[in-house]
Amino acid sequence: MPELPLLASLQLEQVLVVGGILFAIGLYLALSKRNAVGILMGVELMLNAVNVTLLAFSRFVVSPRPLDGQVFAVFVITVAAAEASVALALAVSVYKHRETVNIDEIDLLRW
Amino acid sequence: MIMLASLLTIVTHHWFDIRDLSNLSGAIYDILRDDLNFPNWLIYVISALLGTLGIISFIGGVAVINIWVERRVVGRMQSRLGPNRLGPFGLLQPIADAIKLMQKEVLQPTSAPGIVFTLAPILFTVPGIAIMAVLPWGRNMTLASLDVGLLYILGVSSLAALSVFMAGYSSNNKYSLFGAMRAIAMLVSYEIPIVVALLGIVLFAGTMNLQGIVLFQEDHWTLMILLQPLAFLVYFFSVSAELNRTPADISEAESEIVGGYHTEYSGMKFGLFYAAELINAVAVSAIISTLFLGGWWLYKVDEIVPGWMIYIGKIYTVYFLFVWTRGTLPRFRIDQLLAFAWKWLTPMALSNVVLVAAEVLIWDESGWSAGILIPAYIVINNVLAGVIVFSFVRLLSPKFQRFPDTLRFYPNIDVPSLPAVAAHPEPRADLPAPGARPI
Amino acid sequence: MIEDTGIVVAFWVLAVTTIGCALMVAAVRDLLQAVLFLALTFVGVAGIYIVLSADFVAVVQVLIYAGAIAVLMTFAVMLTPAADRGNSETMFQAPAAILAGLVLAVIVFVAYDTTWQISGRGAFPATAASLGEAFLKPYAVPFEVASVLLMTAMIGAIVLTKEDDGDYALEQGDDHA
Repeated sequence: MPELPLLASLQLEQVLVVGGILFAIGLYLALSKRNAVGILMGVELMLNAVNVTLLAFSRFVVSPRPLDGQVFAVFVITVAAAEASVALALAVSVYKHRETVNIDEIDLLRW
Repeated sequence: MIMLASLLTIVTHHWFDIRDLSNLSGAIYDILRDDLNFPNWLIYVISALLGTLGIISFIGGVAVINIWVERRVVGRMQSRLGPNRLGPFGLLQPIADAIKLMQKEVLQPTSAPGIVFTLAPILFTVPGIAIMAVLPWGRNMTLASLDVGLLYILGVSSLAALSVFMAGYSSNNKYSLFGAMRAIAMLVSYEIPIVVALLGIVLFAGTMNLQGIVLFQEDHWTLMILLQPLAFLVYFFSVSAELNRTPADISEAESEIVGGYHTEYSGMKFGLFYAAELINAVAVSAIISTLFLGGWWLYKVDEIVPGWMIYIGKIYTVYFLFVWTRGTLPRFRIDQLLAFAWKWLTPMALSNVVLVAAEVLIWDESGWSAGILIPAYIVINNVLAGVIVFSFVRLLSPKFQRFPDTLRFYPNIDVPSLPAVAAHPEPRADLPAPGARPI
Repeated sequence: MIEDTGIVVAFWVLAVTTIGCALMVAAVRDLLQAVLFLALTFVGVAGIYIVLSADFVAVVQVLIYAGAIAVLMTFAVMLTPAADRGNSETMFQAPAAILAGLVLAVIVFVAYDTTWQISGRGAFPATAASLGEAFLKPYAVPFEVASVLLMTAMIGAIVLTKEDDGDYALEQGDDHA
């Protein structure tokens, strides 16, 4: 049975491309969605993509302390949790004043 | 031919030795590797499938038997008989129930998003089964001996919240949504005391591997429930809230919100919710008996009786405790339940962690032997647990007054006066007379 | 370089599922279903972490992202009942898509153009214990800072969403519970 070249082995570049695709989808979500919660979803997706690349580097690349990538990933997850809680609280508190969470209708700060 | 010979070896050497079922799986592994020359990944897949098959068959049997156990025990506690007609002692009742559920029509609200509605009960059964994978059933009997086993259990069981939300949201029924949001609020609040209580166990055992925790208890000849009674209390109460069982079943409170998140489910979809509840109860009992009661190990008894039998016995002991609380306690109100998590269980769990951390530090630094320290810790921890629980009760509960000075709830509510109603209203012309027969 | 066939197949299955779910988050026309697809994406990413032999991070990912953040998002959506739940886009949809495509092109170019120093080291053994040592020895200060950050975020979230007026009677009632 001739083996598919893609399935023969997993290279660093392929993991990076998967992370890049996730990052691009997250970026698109964060830039294009109207609802604040939708934007937050994009941001979380981007952070996940960054974690994928961090772990890929930690797994594949030469390093004196290879586990540091995983330590960074845990810190990213921590910061993401804090960010999500504050962002959702902001969305809820904006909703209390404006009855909407659509970012194109929250325009009090325009010039 | 070689296969036959090796099968014969199993039968003559291992098969009758039921003390450790891992002999059997080890023999199968040897046949696959040496005699049949399977590649590594295929052996991995086959052994994983066999283990999964064992666990799922255990769960299936347990889900069927527990319906009977639960109804009989609760019935006896409430001075009833429970199911006793079908078969000896009503033992065939669960089978009749299952057949009835399968025959019922599966209704679905027309405006419900169909895939979400169908997926919710299926996903709800997953966590309880997935938890079973990391439990140690004997000295060598673990399907997946994960080094992050305890964290895996917490992570998997936190996924149940989402499937409950899916059920409530896709039913397109306001009572379902109420139930789902109540369940999620409760699951999120009770996650914190659970994690903090288990932190104390991990600190003491020094590992998150469940087999490692059992071996720690075996090495030190003690049960974790004696060492950390506070963690056990906190974990037991929090987990009985997470299970949606009666003292805490506010998410399906029949008298308040019809049936909660499974109001719209019928037939076997409802049956899955029902089965998942029983499976979760067994899974949680198994976790408690692993972490606090020593799992398959029991003071030399495990050298005579097979470990997995001891384990199942412990599981059913804890399960009886759950049935007991269900049979005797009334339902909490939702604000009482959330306040219980935040004001009582979380501080208790935190004080337990501080205590345990100090003890582990003393153990590591002083160099005293475990034979002196562990009995001392058992005495200290039990006394301190009593003191902490008692002082919390005195500190946080309102003082009892037979005739309270102030109203306890909603003192400033304006009650609108009802409109005056005539004692005997005039009969209305557009309604049929009281005695008239409907057409 | 991972050469175990099972792991490579698992990686591609997980990658395709994850990317598909992420695309569904953008495509689906209901915010709550988008949250559910996002939770699936998080679980898929946790699977990719396991392929990259980061078991601790994977379990933490499931616990925090799929268990907590996704639930938090459903809460945020349910707490804003009168808001638009159509998961619609603003007028920046086309520029955002173009920008995302450009970023992806740059990432792919950089990933394949750079010569990485690949180490032939195998999968990590169980990482939980060594991660714990890393947190408490070389990374103790960031660890403490992270805990302070979480504390601050918690207080901030409570202050932001706290009701200032009204409901006094309800709070009075709560104290006795």
